[in-house]
Amino acid sequence: MNAIASPNLAQVLDHPGIWRRSADRQPRVRALSTGWTSLDAKLPGGGWPQGALSEILFEHDGLGELDLVMPALAALTQEHRRVIFVAPPYLPYAPALAAAGVDLRFLHEIHAGSTEAAWSMEQCLRSGCCGAVVGWLPDIDYRSLRRLQLAAESGDACAMLFRPAGDAAQNSPAALRLKVSNSDEATYVEVLKSRGLLTTTAPLLRMRA
Amino acid sequence: MLWACLRFPGLAFSAAFAATPEAGPSALLDHKARQRLIAAVNADAAAHGVRRGQNLAAARALCPALEVRPRDPAAENRLLTELAAWCYQFSGHVTLVPPNAILMEVGASLRLFDGWPVLAERLREGLGEQGHAHTMAATPFAAAAWVFAASADGMVIPEREGVRRMLGDLPLAQSGLPSATVTALQAMGFRRLGEIFRLPRPELTRRIGRDGVNWLDRLRGDAADALPAWQPPANFLQKIEFDAELDGSQPLLFPLRRLTRSLANLLAARDGGVQRFTLTLEHARGETTRVVVAMAAPQRDAERLFELARTRLERTTLPAPARSIEIDAAELPTFRPPLRDLFEPIRGDGLDWPTLDERLRARLGDAALRQIALVADHRPERASRYGTPGNVVSPPRRRRPLWLLPRPVPMRPEPAAVLAGPERIESGWWDGADARRDYYIVRTAQGQQAWAYLPPGTLDGWMLHGWFA
Repeated sequence: MNAIASPNLAQVLDHPGIWRRSADRQPRVRALSTGWTSLDAKLPGGGWPQGALSEILFEHDGLGELDLVMPALAALTQEHRRVIFVAPPYLPYAPALAAAGVDLRFLHEIHAGSTEAAWSMEQCLRSGCCGAVVGWLPDIDYRSLRRLQLAAESGDACAMLFRPAGDAAQNSPAALRLKVSNSDEATYVEVLKSRGLLTTTAPLLRMRA
Repeated sequence: MLWACLRFPGLAFSAAFAATPEAGPSALLDHKARQRLIAAVNADAAAHGVRRGQNLAAARALCPALEVRPRDPAAENRLLTELAAWCYQFSGHVTLVPPNAILMEVGASLRLFDGWPVLAERLREGLGEQGHAHTMAATPFAAAAWVFAASADGMVIPEREGVRRMLGDLPLAQSGLPSATVTALQAMGFRRLGEIFRLPRPELTRRIGRDGVNWLDRLRGDAADALPAWQPPANFLQKIEFDAELDGSQPLLFPLRRLTRSLANLLAARDGGVQRFTLTLEHARGETTRVVVAMAAPQRDAERLFELARTRLERTTLPAPARSIEIDAAELPTFRPPLRDLFEPIRGDGLDWPTLDERLRARLGDAALRQIALVADHRPERASRYGTPGNVVSPPRRRRPLWLLPRPVPMRPEPAAVLAGPERIESGWWDGADARRDYYIVRTAQGQQAWAYLPPGTLDGWMLHGWFA
């Protein structure tokens, strides 16, 4: 006497929250194209996961770590969706931003100390009116990371967090972790962690010659 | 029109004993009387035989342990205002009738609250929760409601004729006329209002004065009552001062609960919330402790506000016993139900940008939120500024770094390789901020790409100005 219509197994397994490890059924990850074809090809869903936290761990300033996110951010601002920079370490330079295709009317910067920065980032993510929130929070702890991940889920926004490469060993709830490093005068991007990625070997991508 | 009147006979007493709960027999002294007369007593004191109107000496003789406090009209007024704020959720027209009554027009909101019995029940329940003894009545005439609230609790007379009939039976002493007038009329042999109503008007005016006749007209609804509508204030600032110093956070919880409830009442009236408020404790020697209570989202629930304030307060170490407690909420953001498409999924809190912007500014200050504008200037420092992005200016064709340093710094160690350059930038001679530099895109030993410059004609003295991040 089951009054509730019971869905069949296939329907249940169709739920995006259920991940089945099989070759023919790729998990559905809603993603925002990174604008880098070779990187998109490696990422589940083909880009930055939406409604999730992505971490970019970089060794030094000036390796092209920001170049990695610019195409996606530019695409968002062109769709008139807000992009927020939280506590950037330097002045975002308008000529380069404009050259990257960013519509400056939809880019905002929040200048804040570290605790206020984590709070603002969470607020922006949770609000539901921001396309992407990009933060520079060097000394963030696991609990705050988890809060950001939950906020990104609830607001369905793209959270991008820049952290020093030294934090790569730390545990993180982020859906995607990329490491930007340099060797032989070229910049490489390594996928450290990616939710829903089938291959276990980390692909290394050459980004900047 | 249906006017409901709420009277709070215990208001003066609650106001004077707001800071600390009374324990044992307590009484209130009337400050106006030349003799010191008891104005109100609690049940304990009443059990000892202390009555209203006794003088202090007599009361002390009956009950030596009696705790006495003077009336505090300012606190009474604050408490009445707070109650008005709470009542504001039931009616758009609320009027304070000092010292201890509130009138509200409920005719317009009866249908919303499913009629008077349901509304009355909600009023009683809410006031009971807050611990305010009250009586109420409702009639089409405000003055009559006020009179009946004192003499016939719970009476509701929706039609005008009924009110006039009931008024006719009312003893003169309860009519709201000044006591001198009542005594005079009783001396003439009148007992009830109905007998007065039948008197010829000129005669009556001669005996009880124009004011008396006006009052009777207002009772019967023959003269309109002009009642000022109370408006909820735009911020909240309330302070309770203690008679004795309170040590530790535990004894502060009672006054704190009162304050947060009062804040919640105002929020209900404004249909708003509070996201940030400050608790200020005053200690001896002018010391103060400030505790900021900030929330992720605006709140309006009394219990929640109290819990939040309590946790913050308990985590704070107080340098000395406290003399007073104050809550200051300067910003009460209006609660706006988000408007959106029927089919658009709601994301997160469902805020729009102006609301989020407002919320961030409230916490971080106006200067913390900035936008970046492109300026048509060849000097690198001036090509970008904080401000509202205006007309579209085409960016320079040459490659520019995403990060600019606030000011150029000497580059240490010197670049490992030059990738592009030089690009001579020479500009600004007309406004005194002359710049003449050769810019290069360089690579450091770590593989970083930087934007650095040399003074023209030299080969060392690299200055770092940006990162190609």
